Amino acid sequence: MSTTTTTTAGGVKVVKPTVSSHIHDYWGRVRGGDLGSLPAVLGLIILCLIFGVARDTFFSSLNFANLFSQGAQYVFIAMGLVFVLLLGEIDLSAGFASGVCGAIMAILLTNHDWPWYGAIPAAMVTGIVIGFVLGFLVAKFGIPSFVVTLAAFLAFQGILLKLLGGGKNISINDTFVLKLANGNLSVAISWILTIIAIVGYAAAQLNQVRSRAARNLVTDPIGIVAMRIAGLAIVLLVATALLTQERSINPVLNSVKGVPIVAPIIAVFLVIWTFILSRTTYGRHVYAVGGNTEAARRAGIPVDRIRISVFVIGSFMASVGGILAVSRANSVDPNTGGSNILLYSVGAAVIGGTSLFGGKGKAINAVIGGAVITVIDNGMGLMGYSSGTKYIVTGLILLIAASVDALARRRAASTGNR
Amino acid sequence: MAATPLLELSGIDKSFGPVQVLHDVGLSVYPGEVTALVGDNGAGKSTLVKCVSGIYTIDSGTITFEGNPVAIHSPRDASALGIEVVYQDLALCDNLDIVQNMFLGREKKRGIVLDEPTMEQMAGDTLASLSVRTVKSLRQLVASLSGGQRQTVAIAKAVLWNSRIVILDEPTAALGVAQTAQVLELVRRLADNGLGVVLISHNMNDVFAVSDRIAALYLGRMAAQVKATDVTHSQVVELITAGRSGNIGLPPEKPSEFNGDVVDITPGGDQ
Repeated sequence: MSTTTTTTAGGVKVVKPTVSSHIHDYWGRVRGGDLGSLPAVLGLIILCLIFGVARDTFFSSLNFANLFSQGAQYVFIAMGLVFVLLLGEIDLSAGFASGVCGAIMAILLTNHDWPWYGAIPAAMVTGIVIGFVLGFLVAKFGIPSFVVTLAAFLAFQGILLKLLGGGKNISINDTFVLKLANGNLSVAISWILTIIAIVGYAAAQLNQVRSRAARNLVTDPIGIVAMRIAGLAIVLLVATALLTQERSINPVLNSVKGVPIVAPIIAVFLVIWTFILSRTTYGRHVYAVGGNTEAARRAGIPVDRIRISVFVIGSFMASVGGILAVSRANSVDPNTGGSNILLYSVGAAVIGGTSLFGGKGKAINAVIGGAVITVIDNGMGLMGYSSGTKYIVTGLILLIAASVDALARRRAASTGNR
Repeated sequence: MAATPLLELSGIDKSFGPVQVLHDVGLSVYPGEVTALVGDNGAGKSTLVKCVSGIYTIDSGTITFEGNPVAIHSPRDASALGIEVVYQDLALCDNLDIVQNMFLGREKKRGIVLDEPTMEQMAGDTLASLSVRTVKSLRQLVASLSGGQRQTVAIAKAVLWNSRIVILDEPTAALGVAQTAQVLELVRRLADNGLGVVLISHNMNDVFAVSDRIAALYLGRMAAQVKATDVTHSQVVELITAGRSGNIGLPPEKPSEFNGDVVDITPGGDQ
């Protein structure tokens, strides 16, 4: 293996990574406790294999398409929670916040005959206001987020009951909103979007390499970049191929094929939040506050504003989750966003690799973790296990994920690798 | 040796309520020189540094920067003048890499996007100008660095902004022998690059290894500011512990002469 040294501009000598040294470094980081999403991805593969072997229907395109709308609410709430968790805070009210926002939308749509383009933004604004209040209480009054959001959890449960007039069920019939969670893209648009996603990702990756190479900075080896692009392309192409199959039980009566609309919605939010976290000053500051609040303060970062903002993002994403949940169920009831939704969402973020201790996490963690949770829920359902068993297994998986996080952290401390 | 001081403090007084911490303190920092600021615990070293860096405002006295009187009311004023402080706890984020830490709070942007290549290039230039060759990658997380390397990053962060004066608070306190040598070499190099360096230290070996001048604080007064070559190790220790040594230092036992009024702090008489 050749280790050519290169010089970054200015003359600090660093080793130019090769494909094998890059993989070696990655393995070194994993061994040093920087696991990222690796355990979740492995877990997801293993779970899929188990369920796939046990029940053929698990890998059917109908069931695969189901996973998206089933998991959407967890994924959206978890994406917001990633921001909150990055600061080492918690938002226990996100579940019922999503319920309240969903109820606002349903009431405006059904009781007040608002169009969807009025009701959906109204629900989102509700989420933003909720997040601002929570964040303000935490940042300015210094009340622990656990207590603030626990209080909000109870209060929102009450607000939801009041909004629904003591527990009535409000159904919606706005076709646009119903399509969000239940509709599919046409086959042609499915393929077009898939190609755009792959080309866009490849362009972003290659552009990064090119701009760094132009400055004579160290770049990731081109082999690794190609592997990343190929990996994403394979996953997306296989998924699209599967989802564009006819999956209706009675195709003559009602043809069902195409990528569920919820998939590109998840993808768009994933891209937006990933961009914000990794490419903007704001994202950098979120990590800094999560890593070392005092250092961030001395660097002139408005710590309180950052803290408020993550709760705003958290509750905003909860409102998106609520909108999708109402769309999927065609209605809102006092338990929308209740029961295990919050815990599944926190679980999704943590299982995906977001640290409960702050400073470490990505938007993609929410998607991967959400997939794990959904696959367990779905697969065990197919195998005919009762809810009791499902909860126990999900609980165990969450416990394993949290232990992995804590152990990785301890290992990182001992190897000096965070 | 430059003739005019880059930063000159004179007659600095600072009280916290009834407690006067600094009495008529003067200090000169010359470009291209390391000025060691020594003194026992509670002598007022940290307070003096915080006055210079704008965390505390002074009660009276003047601060002159390159011959012009200046007022420092906030850390921002100090940064604008090019005064940077490297605190003992370094204030680095473990979960960010070297470049990200060096630019924390002052990120370079292109539009709304972070301009990573420019930042990495500038960070590389700065580290190279300090002759740092010990990092594997500029994208290494700070968590994976050794104590000496962290100190280096913190110092590089301070000099990145065309700083004129770098104040280092106990940079070697937590380091081993080899790393201490590395950091001291770096401190020397900062001065050789033309910066005014203030080194706060308890370690006489470090002080004599790198400083050109030694300023000794004793119970809130500047006991003496001397050239390092003019004094011995034990004289400096005497200045720190008793405020005077032979004919240098504070006049003996007549505290009322310092500024005309009765001073309540008498050496050895604080029972």
